[in-house]
Amino acid sequence: MTLDDSQLQGRTREFLAAHPPASTPRADFLAARFDAGLAWVHYPEGLGGLGLPRAQQAVVDAELEAAGAPDNDPRRIGIGLGMAAPTVLAYGTEEQKRRWLRPLWLGEEVWCQLFSEPGAGSDLAALGTRAVRDGDTWVVNGQKVWTSNAHNARWAILIARTDPDQPKHRGITYFVCDMTDPGVEVRPLRQITGEAEFNEVFLSDVRIPDAHRLGEVGEGWRVAQTTLMNERVAIGGMRLPREGGMIGPVVTAWRERPELRTHDLHQELLKLWVETEVARLTGERLRQQLVAGHPGPEGSGMKLGFARLNQRVSGLELELLGEDGLLYEDWTMTRPDIVDFTGRDAGYRYLRAKGNSIEGGTSEVLLNIVAERVLGLPSEPRTDKDVAWKDLSR
Amino acid sequence: MEGPVQVSTSVDLLYSETEDQLRAAVRDVLTDHCTAAAVLDRIESDEPHDRELWKTLAAEMGLAGLLVPEKLGGQGATHREAAVVLEELGRAVAPVPYLSSAVVATELLLGCPAERPQVAAQIGELASGRLVGALAVPFATAPHAPYARVRRSADGLLHGTVTAVADAAAADLLYVATDDALYALSADQDGVTVTPRTSLDLTRPLADITLDGARGGEPVSEDPDTAVRRALRAGAALLASEQLGLADWCLTETVAYTRDRHQFNRAVGSFQALKHRLAELWLETVNARAAARNAADALATASPEIPLAAALAQAYCAPVAVHAAEEALQLHGGIGMTWEHPVHLYLKRAKADAIGYGSAGRHREALAELMDLRAP
Ligand SMILES: Cc1cc2nc3c(=O)[nH]c(=O)nc-3n(C[C@H](O)[C@H](O)[C@H](O)COP(=O)(O)OP(=O)(O)OC[C@H]3O[C@@H](n4cnc5c(N)ncnc54)[C@H](O)[C@@H]3O)c2cc1C
Repeated sequence: MTLDDSQLQGRTREFLAAHPPASTPRADFLAARFDAGLAWVHYPEGLGGLGLPRAQQAVVDAELEAAGAPDNDPRRIGIGLGMAAPTVLAYGTEEQKRRWLRPLWLGEEVWCQLFSEPGAGSDLAALGTRAVRDGDTWVVNGQKVWTSNAHNARWAILIARTDPDQPKHRGITYFVCDMTDPGVEVRPLRQITGEAEFNEVFLSDVRIPDAHRLGEVGEGWRVAQTTLMNERVAIGGMRLPREGGMIGPVVTAWRERPELRTHDLHQELLKLWVETEVARLTGERLRQQLVAGHPGPEGSGMKLGFARLNQRVSGLELELLGEDGLLYEDWTMTRPDIVDFTGRDAGYRYLRAKGNSIEGGTSEVLLNIVAERVLGLPSEPRTDKDVAWKDLSR
Repeated sequence: MEGPVQVSTSVDLLYSETEDQLRAAVRDVLTDHCTAAAVLDRIESDEPHDRELWKTLAAEMGLAGLLVPEKLGGQGATHREAAVVLEELGRAVAPVPYLSSAVVATELLLGCPAERPQVAAQIGELASGRLVGALAVPFATAPHAPYARVRRSADGLLHGTVTAVADAAAADLLYVATDDALYALSADQDGVTVTPRTSLDLTRPLADITLDGARGGEPVSEDPDTAVRRALRAGAALLASEQLGLADWCLTETVAYTRDRHQFNRAVGSFQALKHRLAELWLETVNARAAARNAADALATASPEIPLAAALAQAYCAPVAVHAAEEALQLHGGIGMTWEHPVHLYLKRAKADAIGYGSAGRHREALAELMDLRAP
């Protein structure tokens, strides 16, 4: 289907007229929106979309926002929306797509990501969680770590080793794991912020039906690339207005509390303001490239810049606040339902931002990716490529 | 809920097909006629400006008239196209007075009353590339800063000195401001002396202008402020595109060099310490492109955000170009330190550009004012 922006706008307005947000219960509104193809317009018809270019979602969002429509609270279901869904869409069977995408988008089912392990972080392909076939099911044993939102999740995307005799990238298979399986144990891992957004997950004889495999056996690494690429865009790619995001509270404090200002912080603030605004324009340019159908390599860099700026801006904020910067809202250990980088107070923002350069691929690893895949620089000599996984050093 | 679709903001940060074609055409000419070796030979000669190249670009290709409406003898294009030309000129460190004449002096005249015959005539001359114009203010002048003025004595003659004017030695027409008027002087008229200075950037040489009883004739404007601010703002905004082109050359060359150069039995570009530095530089150029395009588009659409976009572009792109050139030199090793290798041309241009039309710090000051982020 093709619709130009004003046709899509018209369609959204018709939908809003038929389902007035003020008088429609939230769950009904969201379900109707999904079924009208206005959930994510770049998805196929019947799966919440209209098969339109991704960037046209902005047309729908602008209309819905103006009408005060409820959203599906993306902060609660970020991993589902940003990572699981595009992978299910790319590799799932028709039946899998029908089963999972609708409740995922509606927020009825929360997803988490069982990728990282104690022994496999940046070198994710070295993972050791084993999946052994037993007729129509797979029996999974191992440990995952840093699993955000596992305590709320109904489903997990999981990668596990199905053939230890192959080199590490080749013996991996991608599954969808039912988090209510009795073999899944989720233990909170407290973070520097005091709360436990992430967890350790122990998998003991977890049984996964073969029907919950995504992609071919042994092809899991390729499937995981879809997840990881989407993760980087999801983390760095939010569309913000000028002075949105981390810089917002800083410029407000600067304007409202002249007594806090120093010359040194002034210089730093102006530099960060410039970098933030330029990063916003870079994101905008990237979106325009997508609309024009010429996605550039710029996307690979968005998360890098995002992490660095968040860290520098939140650091400046604490210093600017002086005495208030010495205080912290609350260290109580909780298990939050949402992931929100800019929420809570300045101290929280400062601490949470530290994770931005680790989660979804560390900044060091992303720089390697830019250097090799965008600039075409040679890779470091590798000692792990053609060695069977079971013979690797650990 | 009627109203226009507000999706993508009105800013267009991409390159159009025409702009891509223009780029290819300019690059072809520069590849043939502006090699690094040729630029190196020229900069120490008596004629640092490349008049032949200027003729090709300005007159034959019509590039000097991009900003000028057709009825005034120009091409009726916009700052977006001029920005693409400047990217290419930056990539080649081309020694032609494009920014000074086809952008700054031209914008100056476009900011003067067009009904004056001498204004229209001079716009036409600059647009055709037959004459080169230069605004007589120091190259370091920021758009919002005080600028150089000369004095008009009781007998109506002009007196004063303006130092370090970009491309003044190549100019046929010099534009000088007094407190209440703007005059066009001929570079070879009586009472006008142009003295070349030894410049850090030999590809955009500076000269001092001394007026000792020069006849101003009919002024081109009685409102020098409006015209000069407009000219400097366009200069600063489009300089960002030159800086982008320059940074892009440095990155591309250095990636190619480090892939090729072997030490310790491997390409030096496979060492992570260098890969990370080049990846960082790539990120900076990606951002610089967004900032430069934003500035060019703001000018092209006469956006109310021109002052913001210009200051933002200079505050961001100026240090990026310098960083790119400095990294290029370091990652080339000893060869990067030689006169023979062109990287020093880029370093000198980048560093001079970082001062030209106001340093990044000056532009951040402007932003502080515009965004109400005031000093203590
Ligand atoms: C807040 C947060 C939430 C997370 N959520 C999830 C989740 O939901 N699901 C999930 O699966 N994972 C999650 N992670 C895990 C995250 O993906 C990993 O922490 C990350 O990939 C790094 O792995 P690691 O912790 O083992 O560090 P390591 O890989 O051990 O890295 C240690 C250091 O070495 C550097 N390094 C490693 N390899 C290289 C190299 N080749 N070149 C240069 N430097 C290198 C790293 O950059 C780092 O500085 C989360 C992490 C955080 C912080």
